[in-house]
Amino acid sequence: MEFAFTDEQEMIRDSAESFLQDVSTSEAVRSAMVTEAGYDSELWQRICSQMYWQALTIPEEYGGLGLGYVELTILLEEMGRRLLCSPFFSTVGLGVNALLVAGNETQKQQWLPQIAEGSLTATLAYTSRNRWDANSVDVIARAEGDGYVLSGTYKYVPDGHTADLLVIAARSPDSQGQEGISLFALPAQADGVSRKWTPTMDQTRKQAEISLDNVFISADSLLGKSGEAWADLEKVLQLAAIAVSAEQCGGARQALDLTVDYTQERVQFGRTIASFQAIKHRAADMMVQVECSRSAIYYAACVAQEALFDGAVGDELPVASALAKAYCSDAFFHCAAESIQLHGGVGFTWEYDPHLYFKRAKSTETFLGNGAYHREKIAQAIL
Amino acid sequence: MKISFSPEDEQFREEIAIWLKENLTGEFEQLRHRGGPGDEHMFPEERKVWEQHMAKAGWTCPGWPEEYGGRGLSINQQVIFHEEYARVGGPGHMGHIGEGLAGPTIIAFGTEEQKKRFLPGIVDGTEYWCQGYSEPSAGSDLANVKTKAVLDESSGQWVINGQKVWTSLAHESDWCFVIARTEPGSQGHKGLSFLLVPMDQPNIEVRPIEQLTGTSEFNEVFFDEAVTDAANIVGKPGDGWKIAMALLGFERGVSTLGQQMHFQNELDEVIKEAQKSGAAEDPAIRQRIADAWMGLRIMRYNSLRMLSGPQDGSLQKEAMIYKLYWATWHSDLGKLAMDVRGADSEVLPEGPYELDRLQSMYLFTRSDTIYGGTNEIQRNIIAERALGMPKEPKGR
Repeated sequence: MEFAFTDEQEMIRDSAESFLQDVSTSEAVRSAMVTEAGYDSELWQRICSQMYWQALTIPEEYGGLGLGYVELTILLEEMGRRLLCSPFFSTVGLGVNALLVAGNETQKQQWLPQIAEGSLTATLAYTSRNRWDANSVDVIARAEGDGYVLSGTYKYVPDGHTADLLVIAARSPDSQGQEGISLFALPAQADGVSRKWTPTMDQTRKQAEISLDNVFISADSLLGKSGEAWADLEKVLQLAAIAVSAEQCGGARQALDLTVDYTQERVQFGRTIASFQAIKHRAADMMVQVECSRSAIYYAACVAQEALFDGAVGDELPVASALAKAYCSDAFFHCAAESIQLHGGVGFTWEYDPHLYFKRAKSTETFLGNGAYHREKIAQAIL
Repeated sequence: MKISFSPEDEQFREEIAIWLKENLTGEFEQLRHRGGPGDEHMFPEERKVWEQHMAKAGWTCPGWPEEYGGRGLSINQQVIFHEEYARVGGPGHMGHIGEGLAGPTIIAFGTEEQKKRFLPGIVDGTEYWCQGYSEPSAGSDLANVKTKAVLDESSGQWVINGQKVWTSLAHESDWCFVIARTEPGSQGHKGLSFLLVPMDQPNIEVRPIEQLTGTSEFNEVFFDEAVTDAANIVGKPGDGWKIAMALLGFERGVSTLGQQMHFQNELDEVIKEAQKSGAAEDPAIRQRIADAWMGLRIMRYNSLRMLSGPQDGSLQKEAMIYKLYWATWHSDLGKLAMDVRGADSEVLPEGPYELDRLQSMYLFTRSDTIYGGTNEIQRNIIAERALGMPKEPKGR
C-alpha cells in the first residue's frame, strides 16, 4: 500500500500542468467552444504527436505507452482544470476503454494502433433515452446473413459528430433490460449513419445525436458475445465515470483557485474580501471537497487499474466508480456555484470564467448519471 | 500509487487478528466496543488491566521505535494494527494520550533522563497521562493560557496555580502535561512552558463536568500551589508553544484508521437498524446511508494520502482538512442514526437517563465539531494556511 504518486507520475502531472497552462488558456477554450467541432484540430495533433496522451493507456503491443489508470486520472484532472477542448475524453475514456474491455485480439489490432498514432478518434454511443442504465439501450440489432442490421437513434454522444469510430450498443428485437445487448465497432462513415451536432449549454463538451437507418454491420465487428455484452458495457461505463470524475475534480480545484485569487484582489470596505471570515469559511469548505474529490478519484483509479488487469481489489470497481462519480459531481457543482457567488457581480458575466466551470459542472454531473443515481447504486450494494 | 497491501503486511494482519481473537476473551470480553469517545468513563480499571495484558505481548506503542520499547512497525503495519484492533471492538485505549501525545513529545523534545523516567510507564501500561491545554478563557484562543508556574529555587520545584478544563481521563491519570505561563507578564504564545506534573498530590483537584449526555468524561482540573520537580520541563522555559504545536502534529496519523474502523462499526449498526425498521426502503434514507458510506471511504483515502505523504512533520493540506471532515461526517452519522429509528429514537432503554450506544453516539457527536479545534477554527486554519488567505485580526 503506497497511496502517493511515484516520481514518474509526478513528472506526468508536471508536464501536463505546464503544457495545458500554455495551450488551454481561457482564450483558447473560448475560441474552440464556439466551433461546431468543439476543438482545435491543430492542438489535438500537437497533443497526439508531442505528448502521446491518446496512447497513454493503450498497451505497448498495440503501439501505446502501456501506462495505467492512475496516470490517466492525473491527465484528466489537469485537463478538467483547464477545460481542455479536445476529443480526448471520448477517444480514451470511452473508445479505448471499450476496445480494451470488449474487443478481441483482431479488433484491438485493427483499431488501437490507429488511435495510438493519433489518426483516429472514437466515442461510445449507447443511450436512446433520458437515462443511463441498461434500459436506455433502445437501438435494435437484427441478425441478418453474416451480420446485423441496426436501426435507431443515440442521444448525448460525446463528440459523436466528429469521432471516426463509434462503439455502439444495440439490443436484439424483443429483448429488454440487461438481456440481449451487443456491442459493435462501427466506422462513422458507414452507409446509413447520420450524425447531428446537438447545441448544449456547456459549450466546452460537444454532444451529437446519431441515427442508424438499416446500417449493416458484419459479424467480425461484434465486440464480445452477441446479446451478452451488458457486463462489458457496464464495466466500460464504470471506467468512463471515473474518467469524468477526474475531470470534475480538476474543475473543482480550478474553481477554488480562481475564487481565492479573485477574493485576494477585490477590495471592499477598505480590505480584500478574502479577509472576511464569511468568504474564508466558504473557501475552506470548497477545499475540503476538492481534497476529498482527489482522494475519491485516486482510490477509484487504483481500483480501475486492478479491474483492468485482474488485481485483488478490482471487484470494487462498481462501488468505487459510483463513489467517485457521486462525490465529484456534487463537489464540482458546489465549487463552481460558490465560485460565481464569491466573485459577486463579475461572476455573472460572460467575460469571467466561473460560468464556464459552472456549465461544465452541470453537463458532467448529468452525463452517465448524477450523484443521486450513483448513491442509489451504492445503496443497492450495501443495503 | 497502489492500494492493496503486500503479502507480508497481510500476514502481519493475520498475526494481530489471531492474537486479538485469542486474548480479547474471558474477563476482557465485556470490554469489546467499550471505552471509546463518548464512553471513556466506562471500565477504567478493567481497561488498565487489558492495557497491561497487551503490553506483556508487546502490543502497546507498536509504532514507537524499538529503542524506546516500541515495535518499530512500518506505517502500513500500524494502519493494519489499528484497523484490526478496532474491527474486533478493541477497548478504548486508556493509555492513548501517553502513547499518542506525551510519549512522542518526550521522544522528540525530552532529555535522556526524561525518556528513561517516563517512556517505560507508558509502554507497560502502568502510568497514564492527561492533557492540560484548555482553560476557561483559553479555548479556541489556546495561547491565552493564564495558568502560571514559578520556579522556586529553594525547593527546586515548579509551583503551579490555575485551572484547566475539558481534561479527559484526569481522575484516571498519573501525570498531566500542562501548558503554563512561566514568564510573568508575557502574552499570547510567548513565555509558555511545557511541564510534566504528577496528579497524585493534594494541591490538585479534579472535578467532573456533567455533559449533555448525562455522563462525565471531561473534567475541570484546579492547581492550587501544585508542584513538580524543576527537571520536569520539556524543552526550555518559553518553548511551550512550539512543543504544544508540534504535539498537535503527532495527534493526526495512523490512529485515525482505528477511529475509522470504529466509525465503520457504528455505520454497520445504523445499517442493521435501518434494515430492521424498514427505513432502508425509504429513498431519502438510502441516499443518506450511501452518502455516509462514501464519506467514510473517502476519509480512509484522505488518511492514506496523509500517511503516504512526506513524514517530515509538515502539515499537509490533507491533514488540515482532516479534523473538520471527520467531525462533520460523524455528527451527520449521529443524526442519521436517530432518523432511521424515527419515533423510537426518543425511547431510552432505562430511566432516568440511560442511553444506548447509538443514542450516546448521537449526543456525543455534538462535541466532535467543538473539541480539538472547532469547525470554525478549522476553517480559519484551512483558509489561512492552506489557501493563503489573510489572517483574522487580533483583539489584543
